[in-house]
Amino acid sequence: MSRHTLSVLVENKPGVLTRVSGLFARRSFNIYSLAVGPTEHPEISRITVVVDVAELPLEQVTKQLNKLVHVLKIVELERDTSVQRELLLVKVRADNPNRAGVLEVVQLFRARVVDVVPDAVTIEATGGPDKLAALLTALEPFGVREIVQSGTVAIGRGSRSITDRSLERVGRSA
Amino acid sequence: MVQSHHPAPPRAAAPTPGPRPVVTSVTDVEQVAAGGTGHAVFSGEMNGAKSIVRSLEECGVEVIFGLPGGAVLPLYDPLMDSEQIRHILVRHEQGAGHAASGYAHATGRVGVCVATSGPGATNLVTPLADANMDSIPIVAITGQVGAALIGTDAFQEADIVGITLPITKHSFLVTNPDDIPRVIAEAFHIAGTGRPGPVLVDIAKSAMAAGTSFGWPPELQLPGYHPTTKPHGKQIREAARLLATARRPVLYVGGGVIRSGAAAELLKLASASGAAVVTTLMARGALPDSHPQNLGMPGMHGTVAAVAALQKCDLLVALGTRFDDRVTGKLSSFAPHATVVHADIDPAEIGKNRTVDVPIVGDLKEVINDLLPELAAEQAQHGKPDLEAWWRQIDDWRETYPLGFEPTEDGLLAPQHVISRIGEISGPESIFVAGVGQHQMWASQFIRFERPNSWINSGGLGTMGYSVPAAMGAKVGAPDRTVWSIDGDGCFQMTNQELATCAINEIPIKVAIINNSSLGMVRQWQTLFYESRYSNTDLNTGHGTVRIPDFVKLAEAYGCVGLRCDAEADVDATIKRAMEIDDQPVVVDFTVSRNAMVWPMVAAGVSNDEIQYARGISPAWDRED
Repeated sequence: MSRHTLSVLVENKPGVLTRVSGLFARRSFNIYSLAVGPTEHPEISRITVVVDVAELPLEQVTKQLNKLVHVLKIVELERDTSVQRELLLVKVRADNPNRAGVLEVVQLFRARVVDVVPDAVTIEATGGPDKLAALLTALEPFGVREIVQSGTVAIGRGSRSITDRSLERVGRSA
Repeated sequence: MVQSHHPAPPRAAAPTPGPRPVVTSVTDVEQVAAGGTGHAVFSGEMNGAKSIVRSLEECGVEVIFGLPGGAVLPLYDPLMDSEQIRHILVRHEQGAGHAASGYAHATGRVGVCVATSGPGATNLVTPLADANMDSIPIVAITGQVGAALIGTDAFQEADIVGITLPITKHSFLVTNPDDIPRVIAEAFHIAGTGRPGPVLVDIAKSAMAAGTSFGWPPELQLPGYHPTTKPHGKQIREAARLLATARRPVLYVGGGVIRSGAAAELLKLASASGAAVVTTLMARGALPDSHPQNLGMPGMHGTVAAVAALQKCDLLVALGTRFDDRVTGKLSSFAPHATVVHADIDPAEIGKNRTVDVPIVGDLKEVINDLLPELAAEQAQHGKPDLEAWWRQIDDWRETYPLGFEPTEDGLLAPQHVISRIGEISGPESIFVAGVGQHQMWASQFIRFERPNSWINSGGLGTMGYSVPAAMGAKVGAPDRTVWSIDGDGCFQMTNQELATCAINEIPIKVAIINNSSLGMVRQWQTLFYESRYSNTDLNTGHGTVRIPDFVKLAEAYGCVGLRCDAEADVDATIKRAMEIDDQPVVVDFTVSRNAMVWPMVAAGVSNDEIQYARGISPAWDRED
C-alpha cells in the first residue's frame, strides 16, 4: 500500500462527485482525502483525491474512473514533481500569559492569525501533511480547541498544464 | 422516417436492415458532435412529452416495453399517437426491463423500457443490474415527480438515479424540457457504443408537461466519452506472433464477440490459427458448436475438454471476456502455463483479474480483422505451427469425457434429455432463453448452438425470472424465429405474469418449464455440500406433490396453451405439438426428476484442475501428460 494523489478533471455536472466517490467505495478503495473545486474553465471541475492503494488496484481504479462519462482526464501527481497543499484552520487557547508563545509558533511555521479574541486565536496554515502535523504538535501544549482541515490540492511543477487538452475537447463539443 | 436504431441522430449513410452490431467508431461521435453534414433538421413547438416521443422515433425505436403511472402519464398520451413506436404493456416493470434486454440480445439493437416514478422505477433495478453485468444495450425511461417536488419525499418519489448509479453505464435526470432530445440521443449513443450497457433517463413530470421546441439532430455533449474501437497495431502484431508460434493455443471467447457482431470474423480466426476455442456462457453460438475446434463452454459447469484446454494451454487469447470467477475457478491456479493476450473494448477489464502479457483495447470485430492479415504474415514467416500433439490431447479428453448424463432412477424424465430434444427438434435458427439454475446450465450444455443471437440468458447477475420476459422481448425483436423459454419451476414463478402480456399482444413464445419441483441448483449444492439437508428448496410443483400452482391450469388462465409431459415416450410429440401452435403462447410442464445434477462441476473457489466429471470422478490428468 502506498499513498497516491490523483487529479481528476470532470465535467461540472450535478452528481459527478457522487459518481466519483461512489466508485471508490464500491470498489473498496479507501479515500484519504478529497477536494473539489472549479478550474480556469467554468465547465470543468477538478477533484483531487488521495488514496492509499497498491499499484495494481490503482491502475484498476483509474481505469474504472475513466469509464465514468463525466470524467475527462486523470493524472497521477507524484510527490516530487508536484506541489501538494492542504489548508488548516486551528483555534488555539491563547490568553495574556501564553499568547506570545502561540504567536512565536505561528511565525516559525509561516502561518497566519486570522482571528483574535481575548482567550483564543484562530490560525490559518497551508502546507503538506508533514508540516501541518508538526504545527499541530507545536500548538498542542497551548490547548487546541478546534481543527478544520481541507483535502489535499495539488498541481504539477513546470509550465505544462493538464487541463489544456481537456479544454479543447469541451470547447469542441460545447 | 429515419430507422437507424443507432443512438445517435440520423446520419448520411443509409441504415442497413436487420440486426447490426452496436459498436460505432469514435469518428461517428465526432461527426455527430460537430452537427454532421447534410442531415435533415426537424424542429417544432411541442411539450416535453411529445419531444420524448419524437426523440425516440428519431433514434429508430420501434418498440417500447412499459407500464404507465402518475409521473409518466404525460408521456403516454403522445405515445398513443406514434405510428412508429409499438408500446407493449407489461404486467410488472421488471418484465419490461428484461423484455428490453431480450430484444437487445436477439437483435443487437438498443432495447427500450418505460416506467413511472418510485416503485415503477425501483422495479427496474434488477433488469438494469442484469443488463449492466451482461453488457446489454438498453435505455430505461422513468417518470420522476415534478421538479419542484424533487427532494421532498413526494408521493411515489424515489431517487432512481442515485439508486442505480452503480448498476448503469450512465444515467440522466432531466428537469429542463429543452434538454430532452440531446439527452435521449446521448442515452442511445452511450448504451449502444463501446461496451454496451444500460442507460437510465429519469425525466421530471414537470419537464414533460412544459412547452419546448424540438430540434433534431441535437448536438451530443459528451466530451468525456470516447470508446476506443481501433486496436493498437503493435499489440496486434505481438498477438499474431504468439498465435503463430504457440504449441497449445486456446481462444477464450466471451460475450463481447456477440455484442460486437464478430462471429464471422471469429470463424476465420479459428480456421486461420487452428487454435482450440472455448465459448463462455455468454458466447454460446459465437462459433458453431458443430465446428470441430469448438470445445464448448468452460468454467464451473464447462466441458472437461474446455476446462482442461484452458488449464494446459501455453497461449490464452481472451476475446471479449472478463475472467469471471465462474470461468477461472481459483484465480491463482487458472491457466498456469499460459501467456495471455486479452482483447476487450473495455480497458478496465484488461488486467482486472488476470495479469495480461499483450493487452489489446478495441472492438472485437476490428481486432480480429486486424489480426487476420498479421497472423497470415507471421505464419508465412514461421510456417504453420504444428498443433497435432495438442489436438491429440484435446481429442483424448473429448472422447474420454464427453458431455452426457445418467438415466434417472426414479422413473421421471431426465431434464437433460428434454432440453436436448427441444434443441434438436426446434433447430438452430430458434432462440433459446434461459432462466438461472440447473436448467440454464443444461441448456447451455445440451443445445447445439450454431449461430450468434440464438442463446439468451442472465449470465453475470444470475437473475431468476429472466427467461419469460426476455423471451417475450426476443420474440418481439425476431418475430419470424421460434423462441423457446427454457425455464425452471422456481424461476417461472417469479415473472410468469408476462404470459398475459404475451397472450394479449400475440407474442407466441414457447415456455418449457423444466419442473423438478425444487430450487434445483440450490438443492444440488445442498446435496453436495450440506449433507443433503434440503433447507427451503422444495417448491411442491412436481410429480407426487400438491402441484401448487398447477402450471397447465395457470397457462390456461393466462390465455396460453398448457401442456404437460412426464413420460419419455411423449417428449418428442409434446415438443412437436408446441411447435405447431403459432398463434398463442404455449407452456409445457415437463415434470422431471429432481435428483438430476449438473456435471461436470468445479466447486466454487477451488482450482479448475479439481474438476469432477461426475460425482467423485476426476479426470486423470497425469495419464495424458
